[in-house]
Amino acid sequence: MESKKKGEGKEAMKRTVPIWVTYVLILASIACIAFGICRGEVDTVLKKAINICMECIGLG
Amino acid sequence: MAKKPGALRKCVQAGWGILSNAYVKGFLPGGPSIYKGELKKICVPGMNCYSCPGALGSCPIGSMQAVFDARQRKFAFYVVGYLALIGLLAGRFVCGWLCLFGLIQELLYKIPTPKLKIPDKIDKPLRYFKYVILFVMVFALPFFVRSKYGIGEPFFCKYICPVGTLEGGIPLVLLNDSMRATLGWLFRWKLLLLIICILSSVFIYRPFCKYVCPLGAFYGLFQKVSLVRMHMDESACVNCGLCAKTCKMNVNPCKTPNSAECIRCRECINVCPKHALSMGICDNSVSKDKVHPVIQEEKRRSKKDVSR
Repeated sequence: MESKKKGEGKEAMKRTVPIWVTYVLILASIACIAFGICRGEVDTVLKKAINICMECIGLG
Repeated sequence: MAKKPGALRKCVQAGWGILSNAYVKGFLPGGPSIYKGELKKICVPGMNCYSCPGALGSCPIGSMQAVFDARQRKFAFYVVGYLALIGLLAGRFVCGWLCLFGLIQELLYKIPTPKLKIPDKIDKPLRYFKYVILFVMVFALPFFVRSKYGIGEPFFCKYICPVGTLEGGIPLVLLNDSMRATLGWLFRWKLLLLIICILSSVFIYRPFCKYVCPLGAFYGLFQKVSLVRMHMDESACVNCGLCAKTCKMNVNPCKTPNSAECIRCRECINVCPKHALSMGICDNSVSKDKVHPVIQEEKRRSKKDVSR
């Protein structure tokens, strides 16, 4: 069995990015979703999804 | 009888696959029919073609391209924000637990044949290929390349995605005569890619996820900042290397527990003899009271030995 070097794995235990960054990014992603909904992107998604996508299935 | 580790994950994968493709009417003969309800406003978190006759939700990668390639050339805030939110909450957890195509590849890998170990020299650079696919085929080309009518194309779905061929193309073509009559080079090309994907899955663990999947690449970008993450208790780890040997995604959980390649399948956690690995929500490190009782007992014993 390999002997363990001192300090090895410490980075593995700790967050390299502070937790507040995650929370800020979560808020930003929620804002993105809200903005997209307000712009009517949901309708674009629905319009594409309820018709058979010929490109997706390989027909053109 | 002891439960086999990983059985729960297989059940969740299968259950989710069935649930997200539960529109039974779509599979009945009598012409192509797909679900057209409001649920399709929402994307499923994993790869699941919205042209699958049973699909109840939308494919996130297809939806993203649909917004990019629309006449107005809009950035897909809704889908990108949605995928970023999932990535920030759980990283690639979706790949390991909620992706039907991932499950199909895993089942194919169970076929008893000699397995192929891709040398690191080839494997590591090849892992970046999925990021190229994400940025070129999903973001750039649908956004910038326009036809003379000002409409873009879903390049990834059209030229690469084997999921669309398997879940959408084959069932629809089988169920519909008129569609069968229109098959051309594109279908044959996509069928070839699907066959390559299926055959390689027998010998390589989840090759599509490792090298091609743009959704996995996207979620992978958030692995280091996601709330649900892997923890490695340095004081408990004995560097036995079992976790790295077990990981079929070729991650070394001791060195990089939150690698962009980890699909949070928990196999390393199950195999660790010292319970040094765990998965949890937004913990900075494993606190003393969270150390496994077995480890605590061992530490107590070693302290006693030292004091003697």
